Amino acid sequence: MKSSSGPLHSFPDGGTEAEQPKWRKDFPIDVEADEYGARRDFTKFMVLTSVAFVCGQVWIGLQSLFRKDKLEERAIAKVADVSVGQSILFDYPTDRDPCLLMRPAEDAFIAFSNQCTHLMCPVRPDLEQNRLHCPCHEGYFNATTGSPEAGPPRRPLPRIELRIENGTIYATDVQRGNS
Amino acid sequence: MTDRSQTRRQRLAIVYGIMSIVLLLVVMQLWLLTATMSLWLGGNSQIVWPAALASLVCLGLNMGLLRYLIRLDR
Repeated sequence: MKSSSGPLHSFPDGGTEAEQPKWRKDFPIDVEADEYGARRDFTKFMVLTSVAFVCGQVWIGLQSLFRKDKLEERAIAKVADVSVGQSILFDYPTDRDPCLLMRPAEDAFIAFSNQCTHLMCPVRPDLEQNRLHCPCHEGYFNATTGSPEAGPPRRPLPRIELRIENGTIYATDVQRGNS
Repeated sequence: MTDRSQTRRQRLAIVYGIMSIVLLLVVMQLWLLTATMSLWLGGNSQIVWPAALASLVCLGLNMGLLRYLIRLDR
């Protein structure tokens, strides 16, 4: 506790006012007041950052409002185009969304987005091991469910819903968070 | 406690406290934003608006604390 007759200013060297050089007596800087101002500015900056985060949250909210619930159906291949144990590439729902159609068994067709959920590298099918491999960071996904099994990816690959009619395979929807 | 310097020292302690709370709230908002983004990209849209509301509450608290801090200086 400082007495009520203590100095009004504190000096950087901790000395009294009488011990300070002349230039400091002429132009005294109140260090505490200066630091107080800097901290208040810092708090203002943090509040501005807080506003930016709220804007980000609202942007996600608005994006979720305008996200299409149902996509248009598109023919992607003929059944005869894909041999058992093979896979082909196609784009769905837009031309910028590469996907992978696999045929692990005679009557089984399965399709996933071909972009790794880590950093969007293309994944490679390894149907013998029943997995999809991302070579960029050694990520692995289950080829049946699309769920991540190893490596950096934490989210499953979006699954493409399929419909087969008259020997043609149609992509009907994208199912995100499928596992 | 009438000493001006002493009062300023006390105010500095309050400022430190406010800064800590504001920093904590901003870190919480950052976590909330990344978690919401991750869930939304994973197909879960249910959490988006409650998370935005929580972030807004944090902003309200931050603005209230900033207002208090500015008033403290007057």
